[in-house]
Amino acid sequence: MSDLSKSQLQYLKKHQKHKRIVRISRILILLSFLFIWEFTANVGIIDSFIFSSPSKIATCFWEMTLDKSIFLHIGVTLYETILSFLLVIAISILVAVALWFSTKLSEILDPYLVVLNSLPKSALAPLLIVWLGANTTTIIVAGMSVAIFGSILNLYASFTTVDPGKIKLIYTLQGHKIQALTKVVLPSSLPAIISNMKVNIGLCLVGVIIGEFLAARNGLGYLIIYSSQVFKMDWLLMSIVLLCIMATLLYSLINLLEKWCLHRF
Amino acid sequence: MEQVLELKNIHYAYHTLDGETPALTDISFCLNKGEFVSVVGPSGCGKSTLLSLIAGLIEPEKGLIKINGKYLRESTTNVGYMLQHDELFEWRTIYNNVILGLEVQHMLTARTKEKAHDLLDLYGLKKFENARPSELSGGMRQRAALIRTLVLEPDLLLLDEPFSALDYQTRLNVGDDIGQIIRKEEKSAILVTHDLSEAISLADRVIILSKRPAVMKQTIPLIFDLEQDTPLNRRNAPEFKTYFNLIWKELNLDE
Repeated sequence: MSDLSKSQLQYLKKHQKHKRIVRISRILILLSFLFIWEFTANVGIIDSFIFSSPSKIATCFWEMTLDKSIFLHIGVTLYETILSFLLVIAISILVAVALWFSTKLSEILDPYLVVLNSLPKSALAPLLIVWLGANTTTIIVAGMSVAIFGSILNLYASFTTVDPGKIKLIYTLQGHKIQALTKVVLPSSLPAIISNMKVNIGLCLVGVIIGEFLAARNGLGYLIIYSSQVFKMDWLLMSIVLLCIMATLLYSLINLLEKWCLHRF
Repeated sequence: MEQVLELKNIHYAYHTLDGETPALTDISFCLNKGEFVSVVGPSGCGKSTLLSLIAGLIEPEKGLIKINGKYLRESTTNVGYMLQHDELFEWRTIYNNVILGLEVQHMLTARTKEKAHDLLDLYGLKKFENARPSELSGGMRQRAALIRTLVLEPDLLLLDEPFSALDYQTRLNVGDDIGQIIRKEEKSAILVTHDLSEAISLADRVIILSKRPAVMKQTIPLIFDLEQDTPLNRRNAPEFKTYFNLIWKELNLDE
């Protein structure tokens, strides 16, 4: 560090200070929020029956951990979300590839995709229950329905914006369209595919929770609906906290995947 | 002399909903083995279209193209095409970029891989085999792009203003460099450019096209009396200016 100039050191120090302030402020906001919540509930400013409190949520979580029931709910929601996410990614890549291959097909299907994409997907959930029954399949399809049309449109858009010069290169090397796809379009769309994943993992979770509201016997969405009906606010708020944590973890998993891809390619 | 390429009465037009744009009218010329021809003409006169036709990317509306005596459709001759930009893929290393054509044509064998390594070594890119394109200078990137073409052992090279994206100084050096590589590999080549001095410094013959729809105005053979006939030496030769003025006059004749 001795070979750094004074002004450079000053700059680094300033930067570190900035980072520290951001980090401390974030933690402070969370802690004071929890403290005010706990305090006001304890002294009776807010009704802890309706608003619950951090300690009650923690106790509730601990009890459900002891009787292991919480793992079932978390596991079910996680399983449904991940499965619908994987299906969305696989199907939307396949469909976007098909649309890219045939301009005719993409032009024909365009209005349908636009309509399906702008439709509020929660409207489909009751229909799905009637068609598929109140089971896991319905919930997974509900999860997929929220993400899939937007995902197809996004991926197709990113496929069509690939540098035409690079595609021409493949043809000048006497390649065919399939090679333009595998050598140019897919590799250069990798960043777009990953950012698409980031959006989709959140959307799938939304869809799965909607599905669980309507057609489930377990899962966090079911827990939320059930606890609101029997007025167990501790359960409800705990489920929401768990959903927050789950969403964050899933998102950071994709972030890890992105880092790995960037490192590798 | 052996003919690599023969073009006879080529016509081509672009079609859009707004109408038809004729690009090439009645273009005919031949290219001998080992010959280097430059095609010059005003911007947008259809020079690049000519190369796309020869490469088989588009088909002429009228006329025929023969490569090594066979019709283009039946020809198995490899035609190398160098584009305006190097189009190296950032997600591949230089070596993997160089073998892209081999991959596409399913020709990756121990022998062709060896050849790719040899060419990279010969033209000074061995150190950069595992580097990403962004780590290379503009000139080195253009060299890598040329090696990507050469490794397919093309009998005919098509150069579509391959130096135009470079800054002037790099451009002179890379032009000199690439020109000498092509001479050394004894390739037949067609260079399309709007830069007259580039055309004169590299070619054996210059074909002048008119404004769109392009017709062939004149073919000028270039003869330089030089001990070492390199592009940079040509630029200093007394004949250079004469040829330049000749072509310049010809190009501006109808304006």
